[in-house]
Amino acid sequence: MTLLLIAPLGAPLLAAGAHAVPGRRRGTSWPGALSAAAVLASGIVLAVQTAGGPRTGLHGLLRADSLSAFMLIVIGAVALLAMLASPAYLAAEEAAGHATARDTRRYGVLTQAFVAAMALAVLAASLGTLWVAIEATTIVTAFLVGHRRTRNATEAAWKYVVICSAGIALAFLGVALLHFAAQHAHVPSSGSLDWTELAAHAGSLDPQVTRIAVALLVLGFGAKAGLAPLHAWLPDAHSQAPAPVSALMSGVLLSVAFYAVLRVKVIADAALGAGFARALLLTAALASLALAAALLLGQRDYKRMLAYSSIEHMGLLALGAAIGTPLAMTAVLLHVLGHGLAKSVAFLTSGHIQQAAGTSRIAAVRGFAARSPLIGGGFGAAVLALLGFPPFSLFASELAIFRAGFTAGLGWAVGAALVLLLVITAAVAAGTARMLLGAPGTGPGAATLPSRPPLGAAAGLLLGLSACAVLGIGLGPLHDLLLDAAAVLGAH
Amino acid sequence: MNHSTYVQLLDAACGAFLLAGVLVLWRRDLAAIVRLFALQGGALALLIAVLGVHEGDAEVVALALGIGALRALVLPWLLRRALAGGAANRETQPLVNVATSLTIAALLGLLAYAVSRPIVRLDPTPATHAVPIALTVVLIGLFVLVTRRRALSQIVGFLLMDNGITAVAFLTTSGVPLIVELGVSLDVLLAVLVLQVLTARMRAAFGDTDLDDLRELRD
Repeated sequence: MTLLLIAPLGAPLLAAGAHAVPGRRRGTSWPGALSAAAVLASGIVLAVQTAGGPRTGLHGLLRADSLSAFMLIVIGAVALLAMLASPAYLAAEEAAGHATARDTRRYGVLTQAFVAAMALAVLAASLGTLWVAIEATTIVTAFLVGHRRTRNATEAAWKYVVICSAGIALAFLGVALLHFAAQHAHVPSSGSLDWTELAAHAGSLDPQVTRIAVALLVLGFGAKAGLAPLHAWLPDAHSQAPAPVSALMSGVLLSVAFYAVLRVKVIADAALGAGFARALLLTAALASLALAAALLLGQRDYKRMLAYSSIEHMGLLALGAAIGTPLAMTAVLLHVLGHGLAKSVAFLTSGHIQQAAGTSRIAAVRGFAARSPLIGGGFGAAVLALLGFPPFSLFASELAIFRAGFTAGLGWAVGAALVLLLVITAAVAAGTARMLLGAPGTGPGAATLPSRPPLGAAAGLLLGLSACAVLGIGLGPLHDLLLDAAAVLGAH
Repeated sequence: MNHSTYVQLLDAACGAFLLAGVLVLWRRDLAAIVRLFALQGGALALLIAVLGVHEGDAEVVALALGIGALRALVLPWLLRRALAGGAANRETQPLVNVATSLTIAALLGLLAYAVSRPIVRLDPTPATHAVPIALTVVLIGLFVLVTRRRALSQIVGFLLMDNGITAVAFLTTSGVPLIVELGVSLDVLLAVLVLQVLTARMRAAFGDTDLDDLRELRD
């Protein structure tokens, strides 16, 4: 059992080691994709295993329940898409002189360490280990954001590390205070930050201290999840990072941080009643949606457009979590997976567009669908998925969140969210249409298009989009897993 | 160690801890700020050691030594190295002047007392009575982070926050579990290393590390 829990950490670390060996050039593309596939596979096996109950390993340090297994599947799936696209992206970067062979090697090591840190975060048995893992993702990704070493990339990396480290430090203050409250609720001190112990003793936690702790934890992990008010790093970091890293950061890292918020919410609900966490999450949700809508209007950079769309989707997740009924929680988890798949396809195709056009300004890209049907079409389909059009699964999950909201008496919040979503849809659709439709431009940069991406990258894009579409039609075996995972989150 | 010595030592350590934090607001010379930060690291180590000896917990005393080595020696050394690479060694124009900063520090102290009342009420010991002081240092760190314009001052602001949070953790429950404490210390060390490398890169790209130059990415 322990082996199965260590595999999702060990496989990426082994691959990181393989990348670190100098002198290997040709084979470097495969360890990454293999390790991502291993994470995905162990997520699926764990999902089957944990159907009967949670499993622990490594002296109680690691613990997997249905929710952890589901998050592992999300991490594995998005990492697989990103790793399939990485070799082509890096080859193009090297060809354009943006990166050296050493940069490429470091990229391989850091992305794998990044995947391992995220796997540790969802498998951690205790809040403390989870905190360490999430902070580790900041450190590992800092140099990935600054990969290009330009002024902009360095600026984005600086903001990213400072804001996320400060935010996550506030979360640590929350961890310390929750530990204090737990000690006075007679939680055995060996496991006083374990999820199970905290949830079991939540009723006897001091409510006043717990309230401060929960507010700090939601604020701190919310910073890392890109929720307002500590979102300022996100558009810069996501637009400057290499496209496959943007896909990983936007597709899963935000959701992993949000997973921490969800776990904290379970304890908060048990200790303080549902009202406190709901108020916090509703505020964050509506503020994030309003901010995304305001900044998407008139957005001139398509990578930043995708980044603000991530803030929007994190706002929707927070809205669903605030509603908190079984339907809403199941929809939130499905939305995490759908958003991960669609957003990574969108970022990966945007990387191809950026390499072809030489800039990320929307105005500089015209008629891309005609120039490269596969890339342009993939980008268009992914954006449609992100805007919540059927048949993609985001349509189903958004609909379910709204329905749950009306049933739970939060109609006003859902109404406000719908108005904001309308603005967002109009703004994103207009920007995307300008990029994809019309006659191809003849200006500088228009002719340098390698019109067809390599096989691995193209397969990844199609795989991601079709998975997202299939999930929108039927959940199949995922249905039970989603219900179990929502039950872990206290929605019975 | 009898009770009154314990309380006196605890209060002395907390006083030095707070004083170092407030003086960071007063000084503009970056080298002096780093010295104050090292002093604060020493005060934090002393604070943890006093708590450890009082509880007769050898693990906590060992942690105090480790934290002292990290925060009073290693981190200041890294900051001095980052400082040596740059030309300008003064905080040119903080967004808020010194007199106002010190007044704001007093207000932050009041805020910290108000916020930490439930914590003191839950377990009124001499150690938890000192929590507001640690919380004040957290808030001062946040304030430095927001209002200073030099890259190095921002790193110090982040580290002040972190010192304050560590102090809260030890004052409330003699620390979070060992493995978490080790992970936190490692993360802080790595974060400072990352920021140091980025500072050097910014110096290469922007000429100097005045963060007002960071305005290329905005909407």
